[in-house]
Amino acid sequence: MIENRPFTRFLTHFVLICGVIAVALPIWITFVAATHDELRMNQAPLPLLPGSYLWQNLKQTLFGEGLSGTEQAPVWLMLLNSLAMAMLISTGKIAISLLSAFAIVYFKFPFRMTCFWMIFITLMLPVEVRILPTFEVVANLGMLNSYWGLSIPLIASATATFMFRQVFLTVPDEMLESARIDGAGPMRFFFDILLPLSRTNIAALFVILFIFGWNQYLWPLLITTDTSMTTIVMSIKQMLEAAEQSPQWNIIMTTALLAMIPPVFVVISMQKLFVQGLTETDK
Amino acid sequence: MAEIHLTDLTKSYGPTEVLHHIEGHIQDGEFIVIVGPSGCGKSTLLRMVAGLETVSSGEIRIGERRVNELEPSERDIAMVFQNYALYPHMSVRANMAYGLKIRKLSQAEINRRVEEAADILEIRQYLDRKPRQLSGGQRQRVAMGRAIVRDPQVFLFDEPLSNLDAKLRVQMRLEIRKLQQRLGVTSIYVTHDQVEAMTLGDRLMVLNGGYVEQFGTPIELYDRPASIFVAGFIGSPAMNFLPAEVKDGSVVLSNGVIIPVESPKEANVTLGIRPEHLQPEPEGAIALQVEMVEQLGANTLLHGTLQGTDKALTASVAGHATYENGEFVNFSAPASMLHLFDPETESRLEL
Repeated sequence: MIENRPFTRFLTHFVLICGVIAVALPIWITFVAATHDELRMNQAPLPLLPGSYLWQNLKQTLFGEGLSGTEQAPVWLMLLNSLAMAMLISTGKIAISLLSAFAIVYFKFPFRMTCFWMIFITLMLPVEVRILPTFEVVANLGMLNSYWGLSIPLIASATATFMFRQVFLTVPDEMLESARIDGAGPMRFFFDILLPLSRTNIAALFVILFIFGWNQYLWPLLITTDTSMTTIVMSIKQMLEAAEQSPQWNIIMTTALLAMIPPVFVVISMQKLFVQGLTETDK
Repeated sequence: MAEIHLTDLTKSYGPTEVLHHIEGHIQDGEFIVIVGPSGCGKSTLLRMVAGLETVSSGEIRIGERRVNELEPSERDIAMVFQNYALYPHMSVRANMAYGLKIRKLSQAEINRRVEEAADILEIRQYLDRKPRQLSGGQRQRVAMGRAIVRDPQVFLFDEPLSNLDAKLRVQMRLEIRKLQQRLGVTSIYVTHDQVEAMTLGDRLMVLNGGYVEQFGTPIELYDRPASIFVAGFIGSPAMNFLPAEVKDGSVVLSNGVIIPVESPKEANVTLGIRPEHLQPEPEGAIALQVEMVEQLGANTLLHGTLQGTDKALTASVAGHATYENGEFVNFSAPASMLHLFDPETESRLEL
């Protein structure tokens, strides 16, 4: 639909600008807060223009003692923990759901559809619902305070399995038949043909899952007691309460800013594949 | 290069039998076309030979080997699919080389074969392109190249030309025929297009409803169709069928016209006559009331009905001719060009 009347043009732009402001303003404030010193951040009104302390704040947050008066892990370690967790979750989810979708679409085994629906039902069981039994299992397996404990309970993914199933269903049957005539076995077909064909879908899913993993809050909070295993997202919340004095907004906001960088980097670097993967249907 | 024997071959999906007792013996180097309307089981039969469908009963032999239980890759066949089934993420070269790579041929041998096939098909300049950068005809060549490099005993074609436009189809049809004659590989080709079937095949297997209606050379099928189905399917425009009666050594049409034939039997029959065998003759016994005239340039088609009946009748007259709608045109039909069929069994009655 093409609208050309001045009023509707104004209206659409107005709505868009409001949306941009609603999203961008908090980020701007975070950025501004990260560029002032502690003193200025505790005065009213809040500054709306950047100050000159960004470099110092960054240095103190990343490599200095961080938040003064607490026993937090250094921020670089928390970033690393978050990165490890997000990578494990996203690659693990993709690997497992690719294989299970492959099994469901291309193999005829008894109770195939039962398996599919069982996977599908797990959509109703996110980690928050099954938190006690899952914690019990992870604790018994001795995986508390480890990367495995952080990631494995979150790895099974019905959404991703379902998505790959749909992707595989769009691959023409002749592709499989032609590979069979060429002498490719099932795994060879999977790696040589299916994987390259679902490349963009994998990338799109990776972006979504990486952010999902990066933003995990409740589960890391439960199973990490050792400060050397804390992730950046949960630590931001703790920073607010941890200090005995008033919150050090400049450091907290710098941490928040740092926590935003990896997801933003992933989104921007994979943007093209991401859009292709979610929109293109032609194989 | 090999002979193919199909012995008492059937295919069932659950309780439904879709192919019934197919028999066929294909000579070494022969080009066989399986032709029939959609849903007749022709693709299923081809896919059974390829090993993509299981065999319910009967036997398929390629050369000396029984191949019923063999994987497609072990049958020494190559197949060209209707939508080409090229791997979209691989270059033309990689597409053609993929099967050879899996068979662990040396890189030098793979290159030699791919380039040789590319030269035969004149696609050498496209070797490094992706399939989506090629036109339909070029993709078709790549698909054939992929079959050629395997150097198989049998080529299988599953309606390979149906995605091409009409002009290209005619051109590729000739190329496939030339290529097959040059390579001398036994080939089975599936199509629903009877013109394609007639021009390509050494022999045609006409399938209908899972039964082989007739298996013979194009000329045999044209001259002596074994059933009403084959008679109507082969030849364009389609053969005319008129209800008639054999009486006293001649055929009597429903409007009383008598055509003498040498037949001792007396029975109700279906008389078949091809439009091109109706010869215009002022004194001819068969009168056609023209309803529509189709000018094709080289010949003219007259569509109408047999005088005094509502039976559709089509005649083909050489050259340009002008006729008025509603006009009566008289034709004669030589007895040797008539086909008689049993209206019950629809099979051919010998004169």
